[in-house]
Amino acid sequence: MARPKIARKSTAVDMTAMCDVAFLLLSFFILTTKFKPAEAITVETPSSVSSKVAPEKDVTLISITKDGKTYVSLDNEEVKGEVANQLNANNGANLSPSDIAAFKKANFFGTPISQLKSVLQIPTDKLKAESLPGIPTQDTAHNEMVAWMRAIVAAHSATGTKINILFKGDNLAKYPSFKNILTALKKNDQFKFQMVTNAEGVPEGTDLWKKFKSGQSISEE
Amino acid sequence: MAEMDTSGGGHHKKGPGVKKAKKASTRVDLTPMVDLGFLLITFFIFTTTMSQPTAMKLNLPKDTDKPEEQNKLKESGALTLLLGKNNDVYYYEGQLDPSASNLKSSTMKKIRGEIIKKKRSTPPEDLMIVIKPGEESTYKDVVDALDEMTINDIKRYALVDISDVEAQLVKVSDASGAAGK
Repeated sequence: MARPKIARKSTAVDMTAMCDVAFLLLSFFILTTKFKPAEAITVETPSSVSSKVAPEKDVTLISITKDGKTYVSLDNEEVKGEVANQLNANNGANLSPSDIAAFKKANFFGTPISQLKSVLQIPTDKLKAESLPGIPTQDTAHNEMVAWMRAIVAAHSATGTKINILFKGDNLAKYPSFKNILTALKKNDQFKFQMVTNAEGVPEGTDLWKKFKSGQSISEE
Repeated sequence: MAEMDTSGGGHHKKGPGVKKAKKASTRVDLTPMVDLGFLLITFFIFTTTMSQPTAMKLNLPKDTDKPEEQNKLKESGALTLLLGKNNDVYYYEGQLDPSASNLKSSTMKKIRGEIIKKKRSTPPEDLMIVIKPGEESTYKDVVDALDEMTINDIKRYALVDISDVEAQLVKVSDASGAAGK
């Protein structure tokens, strides 16, 4: 007696569609990812529980390296041009129009104002942060950060942009160099700023952790 | 995963001696490729979220010389942290004793316990933590100390310059390496 033939079905699934999806997602992520550009100034930031993302536009970034050198970077070219004018007018930076053009292109500034002109002659890609002396902040009498901040504040109000002061310090930077910058900020009536940190989890069992658990958000003061 | 050839050969007899050429399947197994795709996706997802730097807000008070504008703080509610070398923290409650007998030492990792203890034993409106970083303290210590304030939900705290007496005490204690013991 002939048994009825049962059609044997293959268990293999066609993977082509899944492969398409995977690579579509992959290409999406590759194209939308912005890799961190190589930092000209090497700073290792401390961590904090703060989860607020740092602002990205019109940023005035003040960096302190581990040996205490101070650098300033600005991202808005219009503001930079205005800062150069201010430094010319108030601090005798003596920048020519071509220097100002170079000033606008520069990624960071880390020299005493008197040397600014000569440093601006060096092309941006050849300029190494380590070779610069940093903005002098050591003593209150010669704290050039005060002049820089005055110029930056004036430039922001002249261009009508909002000032965002970001502070980025190295783990090993000593407190006095930080304090000198705080003094410079206070002297220019800038009392609000943000410190760049790496995100870190909230330790369990602490008051903040309980607050998060109970669904309250931290008050923004 | 070899595909089953279900097309069923041998229906059309070509006659004796005529061999049918074996048809090789053109299908490629895509499973490893899918694996690879998803592996890369996971990698990219993780690297994009990890590199976001965060920022911690800090508002400074305006310096004022007028005593009536300065904040008064109750002695019983004050806890002062002095930051020294190598993540050492020295602390005292209330006023510093002239003989410095109420100055205790700790480290940044252990200070949380003290802050919590002080917070629990003090009415919230009196509690005030004063952070005084010394000359030898690092930026990391300052950020960590400020972070402790957020972690322990301290409403009132201040970053104050260290006084000469305290700076001297921190120096001496740092030199003797007494912290944390």
